[in-house]
Amino acid sequence: MSGFRTMFANPGFNISEGFFPNINLQEKLNWAEEFIQNVLIPRLPEGFAAHFPVELGTMLVMFACAGIFVAVVPLLPLVLVLAERKVAARFQNRTGPMRVGPWGTLQTLADGVKLIFKEDFIPPQGDRFLFLLAPYVIFACSFAVFAAIPFSQNILVSDFNIGIFYIMAISSVIVMGVIMAGWSSNSKWSLLGSLRSAAQIVSYEIPLGLSILTVVMLVESLSMSEIVASQSNGVFSWLIFRSPFTFIAFFIFFISAIAEVNRTPFDLPEAESEIVAGFHTEYSGMRFALFFIAEYANMFAVSAIAVTLFLGGWEGALPGYDILGGMPGFVIKTLALVFLMMWLRWTLPRLRVDQLMNLCWKYFIPIAFFNILGTGVWGLIFPEDTLVSIIISCAIIYTGLIVAYTIAGRVMAQKPAPQPS
Amino acid sequence: MENTRQTESKIIELKPFADEMVVNMGPQHPSTHGVLRLELRLDGEVVREAIPHIGYLHRCFEKHSENLSYPQIIPFTDRMDYVAAMNQNWGFCLAVEKLMEADESKNFQVPERAEYLRVLICELNRIASHLLSFGTYGMDIGAFTPFLYAFRDRERLLLLFEKICGARLTYNYIRIGGVSEIIPMEPGSIDEQNYLDEIEAFLDYFEPKIDEYNELLTKNSIFTQRTTGVAVMSADMALSYGATGPNLRGSGVDWDLRRDEPYSIYDRFEFDVPVAVDVPELGAVVGDCWSRYKIRMDEMKQSARIVRQILAEGLPDGPVMADLKAVRPPKGEIYFRSEAPRGELGFYIVSDGTPKPVRVKGRSPCFSALSALQELSHGLMVADIIAIIGSIDIVMGEVDR
Repeated sequence: MSGFRTMFANPGFNISEGFFPNINLQEKLNWAEEFIQNVLIPRLPEGFAAHFPVELGTMLVMFACAGIFVAVVPLLPLVLVLAERKVAARFQNRTGPMRVGPWGTLQTLADGVKLIFKEDFIPPQGDRFLFLLAPYVIFACSFAVFAAIPFSQNILVSDFNIGIFYIMAISSVIVMGVIMAGWSSNSKWSLLGSLRSAAQIVSYEIPLGLSILTVVMLVESLSMSEIVASQSNGVFSWLIFRSPFTFIAFFIFFISAIAEVNRTPFDLPEAESEIVAGFHTEYSGMRFALFFIAEYANMFAVSAIAVTLFLGGWEGALPGYDILGGMPGFVIKTLALVFLMMWLRWTLPRLRVDQLMNLCWKYFIPIAFFNILGTGVWGLIFPEDTLVSIIISCAIIYTGLIVAYTIAGRVMAQKPAPQPS
Repeated sequence: MENTRQTESKIIELKPFADEMVVNMGPQHPSTHGVLRLELRLDGEVVREAIPHIGYLHRCFEKHSENLSYPQIIPFTDRMDYVAAMNQNWGFCLAVEKLMEADESKNFQVPERAEYLRVLICELNRIASHLLSFGTYGMDIGAFTPFLYAFRDRERLLLLFEKICGARLTYNYIRIGGVSEIIPMEPGSIDEQNYLDEIEAFLDYFEPKIDEYNELLTKNSIFTQRTTGVAVMSADMALSYGATGPNLRGSGVDWDLRRDEPYSIYDRFEFDVPVAVDVPELGAVVGDCWSRYKIRMDEMKQSARIVRQILAEGLPDGPVMADLKAVRPPKGEIYFRSEAPRGELGFYIVSDGTPKPVRVKGRSPCFSALSALQELSHGLMVADIIAIIGSIDIVMGEVDR
């Protein structure tokens, strides 16, 4: 690691490689092959084992794992919807769903079944093709993001060398689906919601991308697995603590991510009290369910990305302690961020459109640019991550937090921006 | 008939400019507080004009009243402002009683015990009404949780009302000449003591909660950003539109009928009338949405104070109903106004000496406040419209009657 300078000296990393993942297939299949060689073959009959097609077996094991993955990831929203309802209920002195299954655990399943049987209404005056297409665009994009998220050491669908870039690109396509849904519904509320959403997602993509850039500058790679690998030395090697600028970047990333997935206080595109249900007002039945599932999948995805980029991914808090390949740790960290999102949602009111844009363009983007500059300087001063650099970084973060805490009262009581008229 | 319809439809034909979008907000909309319909002319998110259309909950209260005897009208007043029905009962009964007092031969007077019960219940009802206003306003601004907190507390009040009159929403409790005795509560009995203890327990629980809600919502920086400085209604404007109650006091006019024109026994209690002031550290100016909202939060405390004074004094002995053979006011007319949670509730009654009124007219505070919406909303954004509707706290049942 010779600092970020090499990145500028060799700008020639080949983007097109991203379309042909540069992974060494054999290397990636090692664990499956080892499983067959060491566990399976010794148990087979003598003659059969000698002729066992190892390559084919390896492929089959991989397919089986992929099958489990593909089956499990869509179930995440089901769990998250229930979790959201339970969390909200606890915040509000209620119990939440209690009837279907023990403690209401099967409620989402029942809701899903109900939605499947509901009438699939298509507005007769709307644009039928786009109306039908929109939920699939959103659904597909939400789940395509999971392909590049390393759940653990071994569970990573595709290790692109431009992983984070791919995630940014794919998640931007969601806004197309939202606009399609809003336009084709032939409803003014849907249109308002989708245009709000377009403005919001396009705006917040900028601070989001810029804060990712600080991480990329420090790691010198866009690959998700390399970003995780660079945080393998315990909690203080996590990128959030690596420099004071990544610490700020984490918060900008997380807040922008909440805006990206349209959750309170940034849930303007589907602000119930203002524009009914926003872009999915006219959708019913399973198509509505697709939007709903996509929303919760998104929520998990952005949390997982935040964990991967800033909170060590599947790496444990202590170096070398990756229980079960790091998956439980990863999921716990992600769910903690998801819980934080839910907490915010059930506590805060909603911003207005102009305030939302002010926050993005007047505060987040300048701070994000400042972060990039700062990360550059940091990279010049500390080309390598040493004990000294981490101690200095943590000291600055600690001082910054104390200063922020003392002036927080005054910031909270800040005079709001003047009204537009 | 067909022709008239056609000409009418030509008159209301919409002619939007090229860059304008006409949107119907309501009558089915999550936050128009019932069935208000707003015709919004939007330029993007900016509202060029918001024209309220009312009448979706019109139930001919005034016409019905002409065919009913006075006691039969009281349940109809329940359906006006259904979240503060006690106060509506009271407003109507006060007007009829005033009319009956004019007939000196009857020597009509409301018993002391009934007056205390009326103030007690109506102030609790005011708290319930303001709680609902607080909760739904939070939800309008996007915070869902305060809504459920408000309903949790309101539920305890509704149980108290249920215990005294058997109904949770449309009480028909306050009658002409006293209060209903449908659930008897002997003076000085253990029932009465238990009931008053329950009210006290509620107040002990509720008063600290107001501060908690202020921390949760009133001082929340997103909430203040959304509401402070939005839709400023000056004192002149409030007066000229006839805004009353919290809306008027939110514009800085120090006026409360309970203090300035005391009816019933309000002159015996000590309470402050909250009036809006500028709060520079939150950015609030007199007359904005936040001020109107804050008045209600403060009024809940004052209502609790009045109730506490009654609890300290205890209810007087005696009957709860005046000795009335029949409700037959003398010939004449009366306009009487009282301070309902949403402002001055007036009833104009013309009597010809028969048991049925010739004319009843309700002066609805919500209707007057709603008429200011069009001017207030000019040039603001869609989200602000919601903030204004919530802050003037309308109940469509009362607007349309």
